[in-house]
Amino acid sequence: MPLIQYREAIRQAMAEELTRDPNVVILGEEVAQFHGAYKVTEGLLEKFGPKRIVDTPISEAGFIGMGIGASMLGVRPVIELMFWSFYSVAFDQILNNAANVRYMSGGQINCPIVIRGPANGGTNVGATHSHTPENVLANHPGVKVVVPSTPYDAKGLLKSAIRDNDPVMFLENTILYGDKGEVPADDYLIPLGKADIKREGTDLTIVTYGRPVIQSLAAAHLLQQEHNISVEIVDLRSIRPLDMDTVLASVRKTHRVLVVEEQKPFCGVGAQLAYMIQSEAFDELDAPIARLSTIDSPSIYSPPVEAEQLPNPQRILKAVIEALD
Amino acid sequence: MSKKSSATAEARSEPGTGNPDLSGAPVNASLSVEQKVGLYRLMVRIRRFEERSLRAYQAKKIGGFLHLYIGQEAVAVGCCSLMGKDDHVITAYRDHGHAIAVGMEMNPLMAELYGKATGCSKGKGGSMHFFDPSRNYWGGHGVVGGQVPLGVGLAYGLKYKGLKGACMTFMGDGAVNQGSVHESYNLAALWNLPVIFVIENNGYSMGTSQARSSAGELARRAEAYGMAWGVCDGHDLFEVRAFMAPFLEEARSKCKPAVVEIRTYRYRGHSVADPDNTYRAKAEIEEYRKTKDPIQVLQNTLLAEKVLDEATIEKIDTAARAEADVSADFSEASPFPTVADLQKDVYWEVDNPSERKSQGRLFFN
Repeated sequence: MPLIQYREAIRQAMAEELTRDPNVVILGEEVAQFHGAYKVTEGLLEKFGPKRIVDTPISEAGFIGMGIGASMLGVRPVIELMFWSFYSVAFDQILNNAANVRYMSGGQINCPIVIRGPANGGTNVGATHSHTPENVLANHPGVKVVVPSTPYDAKGLLKSAIRDNDPVMFLENTILYGDKGEVPADDYLIPLGKADIKREGTDLTIVTYGRPVIQSLAAAHLLQQEHNISVEIVDLRSIRPLDMDTVLASVRKTHRVLVVEEQKPFCGVGAQLAYMIQSEAFDELDAPIARLSTIDSPSIYSPPVEAEQLPNPQRILKAVIEALD
Repeated sequence: MSKKSSATAEARSEPGTGNPDLSGAPVNASLSVEQKVGLYRLMVRIRRFEERSLRAYQAKKIGGFLHLYIGQEAVAVGCCSLMGKDDHVITAYRDHGHAIAVGMEMNPLMAELYGKATGCSKGKGGSMHFFDPSRNYWGGHGVVGGQVPLGVGLAYGLKYKGLKGACMTFMGDGAVNQGSVHESYNLAALWNLPVIFVIENNGYSMGTSQARSSAGELARRAEAYGMAWGVCDGHDLFEVRAFMAPFLEEARSKCKPAVVEIRTYRYRGHSVADPDNTYRAKAEIEEYRKTKDPIQVLQNTLLAEKVLDEATIEKIDTAARAEADVSADFSEASPFPTVADLQKDVYWEVDNPSERKSQGRLFFN
């Protein structure tokens, strides 16, 4: 199987769907001539031409709203946000139009759009560019929220997202863009809402998604080697829909849970997960559910401190040991 | 192409022609007697529907807000009467007039106001959120200016699919200072999208007059984007049609966007929650009602043309009142949606379970 980067996997997904469906169009800042701020869309303009790959002005509310309007007529826009952090200037369009239009019209209108781009800290770009809004987005019934951690998942999930008839928010990660993984060159889909066991274990379950999956794998390796602790890692992949069956099955197996999220803790995804696990598997738990989040302040610039503000393998390792105490 | 608009005669000119006389515009001259009567009937039906809805509101049959269009009927009917099969309409929350103007029936509209399952949006949208995509009517949007990018998207979709239509994107004068509107102007002009931005200027953004809220002339802002623009009075249906037709044709045939301002007036407060006693004089409302009421103006014209007579006027009015009463009875008798209906029409996949591809939970209680 070819070994390709996360960004290439996303590009392959878009290229395959552009080829498959003439209604798919890529919109965003610098996606065409510049080849994408993070080179995710590199080469697509040359292959598909300017009608399908469209550079937009810096005008997120305008072009996201435009994409929503076009989707009501059956166009399937895949809209790149250079950073998900900029969702805030287009939030009215996302939550009042994309999320609500099907409901407010009594089910008469679909909104088959994908909004995709990176949502992560860890690159020393300060508080304005380091938002992780998956909890905020998932708070709105009507949208789906996907956060892939590997190249394989990114391709299969994005293809499903593009074919989905509901609006899908697809949150990538600039730090993962260069990660390589095995990705089939042909057509495959990963259904939204299906979690993946990234590592099997017996002592504790880490429930996580996005880049913390990769960090948790590193921590689990150390825990096994140095502490003889066997950690199971559940990668949610999709926040909404949410695969609780896989989470609960793992809890029944290990009886201890650590939720790891690159999220501020208050009303974060981890809070929802912890509530659901205790509510649905209370008798299976041998210890309180532990939670590791981003340290609760605006994202700091200072590079060494930012690394400590976010989840990282050492913080995860420590949290696992504490949870097993 | 840009157009001057400060003088009324110029404002009424068609794009590129400079012809100030619109009375014999082909778009009006070609109307049959039946069509003229039909347009008059539409305006009367909108008026009577809204008067009936106000009574229902006062009787506490309707919740929330009720933004009445009374006084503005010639704008929606004039513009929407020009629609071809590939033309589309989207508007803000003062949306009852446009809904009836595109052909929606009173029963599902009144039932929507009553919050009933038989409403056009199954009781999920309410007054501000009427929709009928089968008639190219895309709502009905509650946030000031929020629908304007969607209108650009409809135009983008038309052009992408190679259809020769245009999207009339309505907004109030209070919307013109929203960022989303300016972002929309830029995209439409930059990409030559077939959209007409129609500013229905009723003089007041809620309780703040135009003079207190907006710098400069509203439609002239189009000049900054290199778009055509124009201004017309909105109380005369034929004038609205004659004014709009060439803009629509330019949009359809050449993908030329434009911004138009149609000057109109609302008799009622911003919504029924507005006591309307702080920001304008009663005499101002009375003056408009006496001299420029759009239904009266059209009635006078059609009487003079002998298209209408008193008996027909009476018949149309009686029928419209009866239709509105029937719609209220229909709504009263209709069931409310159920609590189980809350989680329908949220996700396409949930409503189409046999075609669902995703797994996992989509709802969390």
